Formats: sequence, structure tokens, C-alpha cells
Amino acid sequence: MSDLHLGQHISRRFNEELEEVRSKVLHMGGIVEGQLANALRVLVNDESALAKDVVSADSIVNSLEVDIDEECTRIVALRQPAATDLRLVMAVTKTINDLERMGDEAKRIARMSRKDMDGALEDDTRSDLEYLGELVREMLRQVLDAFARTDVDTAILVVKADRKVDKKYKKVVKQLVKQMGKDPQVIPQVMNIIWAVRSLERLADRCQNIAEHIIYMVLGMDVRHIDLDDVLAEIEAMSDEE
Amino acid sequence: MTQQNKSQTEPMPGNHLPHPTAVSVTDLDLYYGETQALKEINLIIPEKQVTAFIGPSGCGKSTLLRCFNRLNDLIDGCRIEGEILLNGKDIHADSVEVPELRREVGIVFQKPNPFPKSIYENVAYGLRIQGMNKRRQLDETVEWALKGAALWEEVKDRLNDSAFGLSGGQQQRLVIARAIAVQPKCILLDEPCSALDPISTLKVEELIAELKEQYTIIMVTHNMQQAARVSDYTAFMYMGELIEFGATDQIFTKPRLKKTEDYITGRYG
Repeated sequence: MSDLHLGQHISRRFNEELEEVRSKVLHMGGIVEGQLANALRVLVNDESALAKDVVSADSIVNSLEVDIDEECTRIVALRQPAATDLRLVMAVTKTINDLERMGDEAKRIARMSRKDMDGALEDDTRSDLEYLGELVREMLRQVLDAFARTDVDTAILVVKADRKVDKKYKKVVKQLVKQMGKDPQVIPQVMNIIWAVRSLERLADRCQNIAEHIIYMVLGMDVRHIDLDDVLAEIEAMSDEE
Repeated sequence: MTQQNKSQTEPMPGNHLPHPTAVSVTDLDLYYGETQALKEINLIIPEKQVTAFIGPSGCGKSTLLRCFNRLNDLIDGCRIEGEILLNGKDIHADSVEVPELRREVGIVFQKPNPFPKSIYENVAYGLRIQGMNKRRQLDETVEWALKGAALWEEVKDRLNDSAFGLSGGQQQRLVIARAIAVQPKCILLDEPCSALDPISTLKVEELIAELKEQYTIIMVTHNMQQAARVSDYTAFMYMGELIEFGATDQIFTKPRLKKTEDYITGRYG
């Protein structure tokens, strides 16, 4: 399901403009991927020196957001895109907004985690965090891949993966709350970890948002705020129709 | 799937619309001599809505438009098969008088074509033919029609001036006033803005939006953004066939068929 036929416009310049916007989104996504990987290393491996890199990358992400947004506005004004082109431009403006926020969340994780943990992170929790971090990294990798290939099937996998992240997130928070109950002295450090985990969960939500934008871009179907099973049934009905 | 099978299994384009039917076209074929210009057109055009026909040059959209007031009758070697109903009545029935049909279905062409007469007489022309002779009644109707065409304020002080003194946009609105003066049911617009500047175009588009409250509007346009702005429904035609018909919003954001998609996004077919 990746039937978008981009790059066949009669206007070659328009092809190039759309292609440029798409590759800038992927570039932006790549930087956010790097931010997330570094933020996780700060959180899980206490590599606090990397926090600086996460923070400095954020300004690049921010300026890319503004740059791509301007390009989209220009395309709408000058090209008046319709159908798939219009959906692509709309999906891009929403996606870069999500990516920019993801950069902010990664920054928050790095900031929260670099504070002195003083051994507050128990081994079990650490490995759970590592696992949760891997899940979210994989979601981001997949969603960028789905964007590059305009691949609905992979976008659906991302939407599904968010359920798994939510479950794991609840489990980790429960553990951390328990830990605070046992040892009130670690409350300030554990609260920082909770904020970081919360950001991680939000990152996953943003990946899901982008996956939904991709489904809209490819199929023209708005699946926001719809239960996943209903979405799948609708997509199946659409492909039967074709 | 052949066209025949298709019409048996799929609902007729426009059949599901939540509006009364103004024009219904069934199995329409049109030939210019040996050349088939329209192929198996099935379509229902809703009443008091704007329906736009889009498609590349030579796809048959103007030909189809001109079927609705039998303008194609004037072309030698033109043969039509199939049925067109206007408000339920067959426009090809023997009992139909063509001048009366053309009163009911007015047409406005690409290039404004006012008569070489005064502004007033251009609008009054059709009314006189219909037998309206009383000056007061004529005055009232001319004013009403010019107001309806959003031209009254610009010409009320020079009604007796030649229509040729008006700008292109004003002339086009005058021609629309002439069409609505005789109170048609339906107005056909054949690329009404292609000879106009952007501001006049916007005025005519604004007028179209107002006119649809009283009339069924069917327009042909090469300007897809105009179709998107002005029409409620859009029909995409290609090589004499009706490819896709649907709500304009849907056609321009999520066309059902790849051919439509390729055309409106400017891709190779």
C-alpha cells in the first residue's frame, strides 16, 4: 500500500519542491532520532555528558521546522496542490510539528536524567527503562521509514506499538511509585525519572500521530481519534473496494 | 469491466445526492459523423447546485454541456443517442420546442457576446421576444436581472449606452443578466471566466455562488482552482467518458480514481 506516484508531475520544478520537502522532513527526523538515542543513554547509562548534544541539536530541529513550514506555505500559495499533493503538504506540516515536540521531549529526558541520580535507579527499573526506550526508538525508526516509503502497513505497526508502550509505561511508573513509598529519601530523584519516562511515553504518542498523518497522506483517510480495530476494518474495506 | 456492466453494477453518478434532480443523463452517446465524442454518459445533475465539468481539451465537456440546450443540433453530422431529462421531461421529445428549451436552459460562452445594442436592450431583448412589451414591466425586469447579475450599481446611470463600452467582466455579467432575465431553470456556463482578468473572474465567481440559490448551474472550466472554489459537484471527463463524479471537496482532496488524481495534480496519465 504505497501507491502515491510522487515525482511524475508535468512541472519538474514542482516535483523537486515536493521531494525537497520530503527529504528535509527525513533529515529532521534523523536528528530527532539522534537526540532520542543520546537522551536514552543519559537516562539509562548515566552518560550525562551527552545531554549537551541533545540540547544543542534542538536548535537545528527548531530551525528545520520553521524552514519546512515556510516551504509548505510557499507551495500552497504558488502551486495550489490538490489530492495527494495537498495531503502530502498537510501531512508534512503536521509531522514537523510533532517532530519538533519530540525534540523537546528528548531534551527534557536528557535534562531530567543528568541530574544526580545518586543510585536512585534500581536495576530492574533500569532494564525496564532500557526496554521502553528501545520500543520508542524502534517506533521512531519505523515511522520515518513509513514516511519515506509512504508505507501504510508500517504506519499501522507503529500505531499498534503505541499500545505496548502505554502498557510498559504504566508498569514502570507503578514500580517507581512503589520505590518512593519504600524509601521517601529518593523521592526527588525518582520524580525526575518519572518525568523522563513520561516524556518517553509522549514521544511514542507523537510517533503514533505521525503514523496517522502518513495513513492520511497515502489513503486520504483521517484515522485520528478512531479505535485501531475500526481503522483496520476501514482500511480493509477500502482495499476490497479497489 | 465494460461500461455496460459498470452501469449495471454501480449506482448512477449523482444518483445518491441529497438534492432533487435537475438534469438526468442516461446512456448518452454523441457522434460527430464517424467520430464518437461522448461515450455512454450516465449522470444526474442536482438542482440549485453548481456542477463543474473538468477535463483536458477535447474530452467532451463542452459538447456535453451543449447537449443540455440542444446547441449541438446546429452542427452538421451530429447524432445523439440516449436520453436527457430536464426536470423529468425528455428534451429530445417531439413536443419540445427548442427555443422554449433554450429559454429554460440559458448559456453563457467563454467570450462575452453582447448584442450591438444598449445595455438595457441587451437584457430586454429576450423579454420582448417573449411578448413583454409594457415599458414598466420591462424596466422592472431589466433592473431585477441586472441586480441579479451584480451589475446594476455599475450601469444604472448609463443603461442606454452601448454594451460594447463595458469592460470584459461587465459584458460577461451583462450576458448573464440577459440569460437570467427570461427566468431559466438552468444556466450553462462554458468557460465563463477564461477571457477575464482575475478581479472580474472573482466577481463572476461570486455571482455564480449567488445565482445557485435560484438556478441550477452547470459550468465547464479549464481552471481547476475555479472548479474547486465555485462548484459543489465536479465531473471529470476524459476522452468522451465520464470518469468520476462526486462532491467537489472529495474530488479535490481524495479522488477515487487514479486518472482523476493524475489530472488534478498535473501528472502524466
